[in-house]
Amino acid sequence: MAEMTSTSYQRTMSTRGFYRKHKLVIMPFVFIAPAFAMFAIFVIYPIIQSVALSFTEWQGIGPKRWVGLDNYRELWGDRVFWTSLVNNIYWLVLFLLAPVFGLFVALFLNQTVFGIRLVKSLFFFPFVVSQIVVGLVFAWFYDPAFGLLATILEPLGISFPPILADENLATFGIIVAGLWPQTAYCMILYLTGLNSVNPEMIEAARLDGAKGWRLLVKIVLPQLRAATFIALVVTVIGALRSFDLVAIMTEGGPYNSSNVLAYYMYDNAIFRYRMGYASAIATVLFAIMNVYIIWFLLRLWANEKGAR
Amino acid sequence: MYPRPIQDAPRSRQIMYKVALPISLIIWLLPMIAIVATAGRSLSDLNFGNYWGIPTEWAFVDNFTEVFNSSSIGIYLINSFIITVPSIIGALFLSTLAGAGLALYRFRGRYLILALFIAGNFVPFQILMIPVRQLTLDLGVYDTYWGVILFQIAFQTGFCTFFMRNFIADLPFELVEAARAEGVSEWQILIHVIVPLVRPALAALAVLQFTFIWNDFFWPLILIQSDELRPITLGLTTLKGQYISSFNLLAAGSLIAALPPVMMFFAMQRHFIAGLTLGASKG
Repeated sequence: MAEMTSTSYQRTMSTRGFYRKHKLVIMPFVFIAPAFAMFAIFVIYPIIQSVALSFTEWQGIGPKRWVGLDNYRELWGDRVFWTSLVNNIYWLVLFLLAPVFGLFVALFLNQTVFGIRLVKSLFFFPFVVSQIVVGLVFAWFYDPAFGLLATILEPLGISFPPILADENLATFGIIVAGLWPQTAYCMILYLTGLNSVNPEMIEAARLDGAKGWRLLVKIVLPQLRAATFIALVVTVIGALRSFDLVAIMTEGGPYNSSNVLAYYMYDNAIFRYRMGYASAIATVLFAIMNVYIIWFLLRLWANEKGAR
Repeated sequence: MYPRPIQDAPRSRQIMYKVALPISLIIWLLPMIAIVATAGRSLSDLNFGNYWGIPTEWAFVDNFTEVFNSSSIGIYLINSFIITVPSIIGALFLSTLAGAGLALYRFRGRYLILALFIAGNFVPFQILMIPVRQLTLDLGVYDTYWGVILFQIAFQTGFCTFFMRNFIADLPFELVEAARAEGVSEWQILIHVIVPLVRPALAALAVLQFTFIWNDFFWPLILIQSDELRPITLGLTTLKGQYISSFNLLAAGSLIAALPPVMMFFAMQRHFIAGLTLGASKG
């Protein structure tokens, strides 16, 4: 592509006029400017503003007061902050089950039998449903008085705990709800990946006597690396972004036991008007996410260079 | 092919597979089945504690009529469309331009700009929340459709630009070359050469963005205050408070909220999956 562009560049150099001479320099900026301006105003600049806000005390109106690292010092001693951080780690770790489950569902469905296309899309469709609806359904499921789980388990003599009202269980109840659409998402990534697995390599490995688990680990999984990579990225980001389900299912309760950083930040800003403190929480979450964002960008960069 | 085609397996395993398939599907979709069944349950059944047993009567029509009559769900639905459609158009327009700008020209800093678009797409919403809310207040669009629409356009442009840039970079560059040699202007190349070729990408992005923006809960929560401007995701929380003891109505409301993106998905399935799995099949 490099050579092609430069030859066309030389060609246009011979034509007259400032614009015609420089159009290959001017046009990309004309094309990119509107999108970049919007993105800079609504995404990039607010990030800088939030980080700056985290060093201030501000109620949302009136003057901002510079407090240095005070907000971060307060975070260090804030028990709810630590609970939220630990819960985010639970989310992160348990959400990694989504790529695993997704892979197995994809392997289960990667057949050509009658109606399989419909089955695949029905398996996928939890992902299309709003998280708010997912949250409402699972809350209804878990309800200890008239939920489905209680209804099924009680006749068996198992007393079903009120999951979302239990300090030790609430987070896990929400994570399970979150795993449902996330597994569907990973499944579709793996189904697409399985489509492009090289059949000859599989056959060759089979002739060598590889089968089942060994075949999967040694031959198939390496070919699914691209799918695995994307599944991991979207799962990690999804886990750290968890907000909707917490908001609709528990609002962080009982006693903040199911809080996560994203919701605790919102809580501080909207209900307690502590904009500086909330920004400090957001900055911590942002810093954690940056690890994954940078990893993702480096991988893309390596691919981009490899493609040339 | 992996796993081995079931057709090669013994007859007994084939039958087992064909039985396991619908059973697993039912278990997997149990939450959805439960909500559909509940949406059709009558209030008298719920009052008698018949939540999961065989319903004595089907009350679908009654429940849906009741939800539309006793809540603002009709307005919430319209609001969702008013927010979603312009957001998609705006994001697609900006990202087609930017994607072409990043894919067709070589200039310093183009990877940096692309990286910013990609990275911005992954940031937690909370790091944007307070300044964006303030910005909409300053612009006078807080608590209007425009506040949410402008933000969605800006934010979704990140992902869309990444997508469009990759799609355009994969097109045969000779077409652009040939047009330039003919003296066709860059604008004309974009409109007459690039845009017709990126139609599949635009379709994929449009359906993806429809579900993303329709299902978004956070930004209307932050940027909209008036009940009459709320989209359906936010409206459901109002319904949750309103129908605290009539879950059949809340279930019916949830179904109504879920229906548009689900219909969009089933109608445009191929495009949707192509958009979502971009890159999943490449090495």
